[in-house]
Amino acid sequence: MSKPVQPGLSFKGKTGVPGDRYAITLISYILLALGLVFMVFPFLWMIATSLKSPQEIYSLSLIPSAPAWDNYSALFSGTAFGKWIVNSFIVAVLTTISVCFFDTVIGYVLAKFNFHGKKIIYLLILSTLMVPTEMLIIPWFLYAANLGWVDTYWGVMFPGIISAFGIFLMKQFMESVPSDLLDAARIDGMGEWGILVRIVVPLVRSAVATLCILSFLGSWNAFIWPLIVTQTEEMFTIPVGMAFFSSEAKDSSNWVQIMTGAAVSVLPLIIVFLFFQKQIVRGIATTGMK
Amino acid sequence: MEQAEAASSSRKLALPVWRPGLKTKRYLFIYSCLLIPLLFFVIVRVLPILYSFHVSFRQWDLLSQTKPFVGLSNYAAIFQDEVFVQTIWNTLIYVVAGVPGQLAAGLAVALLLQRIVRFRSFFRTIYFIPYITSVVAVSWVFRWILMKNGVANGLLLELGFSAQPFLYSPSQAVYWIIIAVIWQNIGFQMLVFLAGLENIPRLYYDAASIDGAGRWRKFIHITLPLLNPVLLFSVVIASIGFLQTFTQVLNMTGGGPLNSTNSIVLYIYNRAFKSFEMGQASAATVVLFLLILTLTILQLKVLNRKVEH
Repeated sequence: MSKPVQPGLSFKGKTGVPGDRYAITLISYILLALGLVFMVFPFLWMIATSLKSPQEIYSLSLIPSAPAWDNYSALFSGTAFGKWIVNSFIVAVLTTISVCFFDTVIGYVLAKFNFHGKKIIYLLILSTLMVPTEMLIIPWFLYAANLGWVDTYWGVMFPGIISAFGIFLMKQFMESVPSDLLDAARIDGMGEWGILVRIVVPLVRSAVATLCILSFLGSWNAFIWPLIVTQTEEMFTIPVGMAFFSSEAKDSSNWVQIMTGAAVSVLPLIIVFLFFQKQIVRGIATTGMK
Repeated sequence: MEQAEAASSSRKLALPVWRPGLKTKRYLFIYSCLLIPLLFFVIVRVLPILYSFHVSFRQWDLLSQTKPFVGLSNYAAIFQDEVFVQTIWNTLIYVVAGVPGQLAAGLAVALLLQRIVRFRSFFRTIYFIPYITSVVAVSWVFRWILMKNGVANGLLLELGFSAQPFLYSPSQAVYWIIIAVIWQNIGFQMLVFLAGLENIPRLYYDAASIDGAGRWRKFIHITLPLLNPVLLFSVVIASIGFLQTFTQVLNMTGGGPLNSTNSIVLYIYNRAFKSFEMGQASAATVVLFLLILTLTILQLKVLNRKVEH
C-alpha cells in the first residue's frame, strides 16, 4: 500500500474531498465573523452611546440621530479627565523609561556574563513573578504611608520601576547577540557601557521597542495599586478616575458621560496598538511560550 | 567559560598585562548593574511577603500606635466571617467556570484561524484588541450593555424573549462577570494557542491521514497531546488570573447582589482600605497566596503526568 504513490496520497490526505474542504472553510469564516460581532459590539455600543443625547441613550439604534460631539468637550470641562490623562501619561512614560533601562541592563548582564551568584539572582527575580500583587499591596501601602509617598507620582510608580517579566524577555533576546562580537569590541578597547549602548542595544532594538510598548500599556491600564495609593481627585490616573466618577453617577443620564470617558480611555490605545501590533504580538508570544 | 575564552584570546594577542584590569572592570560593571535592581527586588518584592505574614499575626489598624501580637485570631476571625467564606466559594466558581471557558474559547478561535487564509491577520487583530484595553473602561461598557433597560435586554425583547436580570441576579451575575473576563482575554489565549499550533509538524497530520484518521481523531490524538505544554502553561496562567478577579467585580457589581460576585481580592481590598483592618486583610492575602500556590503545584503535578504518556 505504501508504495511510490506517497506524494499523491499525502496530497489527498491533506485536502480531503474538495467540496468538504470548502464547506469547512466557509463554516470557519461564518463562525469567526459571528465571534467578530461579539468582540466588536461593546466598542461600537460604547462609541454610539458617547455620541447620543441623554434623551436617546435608551434607543437601540447604533447610529445617533445627530452626533453630539460636545459630549466630549463636556467630559473635559465637567470632570478632571484632562488631569487624569496627564497623570496617566506622566506615570506611564516615566515607568516605561525606567523599566526599559533597568531591564535591558539586567537582561544583558544575566545573558552575557558569568559571575558568582548569577543563577540565584535570576531565580530570585523569576520567583517574584509567582507572588500575586494582592499579597504585596498592603505592605506597599504601609511603606508609602510611612514614607509620605501616598498621593504622589512616585508612590504610584515605585512598585513598577523594574519588571521581572521584562528581564525575562530581554534575557531571551540578549542570548542571541554573538559573544564574539562583544569580545572583539573589548579587544578594541571599548568600555562595557560603550559596548552595551553602541553594540548590544542596536542589535536588540526591536525587543526594546516591544518592552517599551508592553510596559506603557501595563502602566496605562493599571488599576488596583493606583486606586489605593492615590487619594485626591487631582492625582488619579484614568482607570481610577473612570471608576470614581462612574460609581458616583447614580443618575442614568450620566451614562453618556461614562461611555464618553470609556471611549477616551480606550480608543487612543487601540490606535497605538494598530501601529505597533507586530511588536506587541511578538512580545506576548515570546514571553508566553518560553 | 567566557572568562576562559577571554583569557585564551588575550594570550593569543600576547597582552597579559590587560587581563587583571579587564576582569576587575568587568566585575565592577556587573555588580554596579545589579546593585539597584537587587535592592529593588528584595525591598519591594520579597520583604513585603514576609511583612504580610508579620501583619497577619497582629491586630493592626492604621490609627492605633500599638500593634499587639494576636496569634492566629485574625485567621479565626476571617474564617468565621461568612462573607469571606462565600468569597472563597465565589472565587472557586471564577476558576472552575472561567478557566475551561477561556481555554475553550481561545482554542476554538485559534483552530478556526488556522483553517483560513484570507483575512487571517485581520481577524487576529480584532480578536486581540480587547486584551490591550483598560479593564475598568470595558467593565463599565459591559455594565451599561447589561443594564435592566440596556441594549442586551432591548434586543432580547425585540426577538421575543423575556428580559433577564443579568448583573442584578444573584445566580447569573457571577457568570456574566466571567464572560466579561473571557471576552477580554480571548485574544491573549488565542495567540498562545496559535504559537503552539504552529509548532506541531504538518508531517504528523499527513501521516495520520494516510492511516485514515478523521478530523476528530487527529484533534484528540495529535493536536491535544502535542499542545500539552501550552495547555499546561495556559491553565496555570488563567487560574492565577481568575483567582485574582477584582477589577471587573468592583466595577460591574461592587461584589453584589448579596455578595454573590464578591471575590477574595475584593474582600481583601474592603477589609484593608474600607475598614482599615490590615491584620485581617493580610491574613486573607496569606490564604489567597496559599491557595494560588497549592493550585499551581497541583496543576503542574497532574498535567505534567499526562505529558509522559
